[in-house]
Amino acid sequence: MLHSVILAGFGGQGVLLAGQLIAYAGMIEGKHVAWIPSYGPEMRGGTAHCGVSVSDDPIGSPVVEEPGALLAFNLPSLEKFEGKVTQGGLVIYNASLIKRGVYRKDVVGYPLLANELAVDAGNPRGTNMVMLGAYLMLSGATGIGSIRQALEKIFASKGPEVVEINMKALLMGWRAVQGVVQKGA
Amino acid sequence: MKVLMKGNEALAEAAIRAGCRLFFGYPITPQNEIPEYLARRMPEVGGTFLQAESEVAAINMVYGAAGTGQRVMTSSSGPGISLKQEGISFLAGAELPCVIVNMMRGGPGLGSIQASQSDYFQATKGGGHGDYRIIVLAPGSVQELADMTVWAFELAEKYTTPVMILGDGTMGQMMEPVDLDTIPIKTGHSEFPWATTGCKDRPKRIINSLYLDATMLERHNQKLQRKYRLISEELPRAEAYHTDDAELVLVAFGTAARIARGAVDQGRANGLRLGLVRPITLWPFPGEFLLAATTGARKLLVVEMNTGQMVEDVRLVVEGRIPVHFHGRCGGMLPTVKDILAQIEEMGV
Repeated sequence: MLHSVILAGFGGQGVLLAGQLIAYAGMIEGKHVAWIPSYGPEMRGGTAHCGVSVSDDPIGSPVVEEPGALLAFNLPSLEKFEGKVTQGGLVIYNASLIKRGVYRKDVVGYPLLANELAVDAGNPRGTNMVMLGAYLMLSGATGIGSIRQALEKIFASKGPEVVEINMKALLMGWRAVQGVVQKGA
Repeated sequence: MKVLMKGNEALAEAAIRAGCRLFFGYPITPQNEIPEYLARRMPEVGGTFLQAESEVAAINMVYGAAGTGQRVMTSSSGPGISLKQEGISFLAGAELPCVIVNMMRGGPGLGSIQASQSDYFQATKGGGHGDYRIIVLAPGSVQELADMTVWAFELAEKYTTPVMILGDGTMGQMMEPVDLDTIPIKTGHSEFPWATTGCKDRPKRIINSLYLDATMLERHNQKLQRKYRLISEELPRAEAYHTDDAELVLVAFGTAARIARGAVDQGRANGLRLGLVRPITLWPFPGEFLLAATTGARKLLVVEMNTGQMVEDVRLVVEGRIPVHFHGRCGGMLPTVKDILAQIEEMGV
């Protein structure tokens, strides 16, 4: 089983970190994982993105060409990557910033008011965690427990409070899609 | 314990563990995490990190430091490695050990900053002027990048020669689990009978690559060639994957080999008898290994992130015995499993 995902947004939305958490959690679960960032030139206001693969088998190309899921944090990201998602794939998009739906009929779109949910979680900078929570609920790429362990490792120097506020935002995202009827497809 | 690290950072930490205390470099994407990491780590371990004024200066600092017998490294990518070729030729001529990292990007010229394998010729055929070779290692994962860095220092000292680690932008930028605890920590440096360490109470030692007397230079070249022959006998290394019953064997190194392996798995799932040979040393090229692993194959397909470079070495090895086909992407584009399998279908297994 291979979970491949592209996370894309503008700089500062935490897409690279959210991607690393998936890879870290997958590693904790004993899976093969790879994470690769975009490092090409990008204009101001453009997209930063990373690709993550979590698999039971060794990972070939770490570059995710046709992701099983897309986490689009802003409109340019949705426009850039919507077309690349595999048939039947997931498109989770930040409806706080993206005022349109998913154009493709052969993917499953989930709008998420990620900015508002992050504020509700008491963590306005936690948009990435909200999006990540929704993704984990819908894909099962990794367990939430291993994400917590990954957070504890990455934020070891920042203390347990930082782990808790991020977990809170993550669970907001998870619950936001729990029981939601699929749109699109 | 496994940690998640970028290839560039894992390589840099492995160099520290291998006892490298001197790094001279000049920035270039996509290898900047190597100098960035070492700029922080070298002072912590009592080493020296120096950002030189140019690549030419950096490789000559490596030349000087290598002459003292200490472990020294530099890293760059395509255009920067071109600038270093003069110094690499001097290091090879003077028979000095050092490690040079090339995280390849697309060329020619400034090209792009995306991953490529277009420096295969430059790395394996000498690169600079004169009749010389350097050992070239091709890592296939972040773990291998780390392990290979240690191996590179050992080989450099064993054969008193520059060793190049030939990665690419993808390999340097990606994060994968890596266990660095398995790498023993080396402190201090070995004593060498050639190192220039101050000649108080002993005869002078001279490190040089200048031989104005033709007979002397011919003799020096013959000595170098004897060493290269020994390396060619002792060192070639490659990995075979499902070659036992393969009718078509793919040949690929580095990132291209990871993609080719994916093609082998998917092809086999569809009933195609595919195999893969992955050269780990690019010079010396593992020709005998390739021959032995492809005795039953009817066709070979070389997959590279360039327009066809290693394929020439493969053709030299098989000498027309079996047809050798080529699949390549370049300019920073990567081959895909889908395209490889489409070509295989067109070729017919």
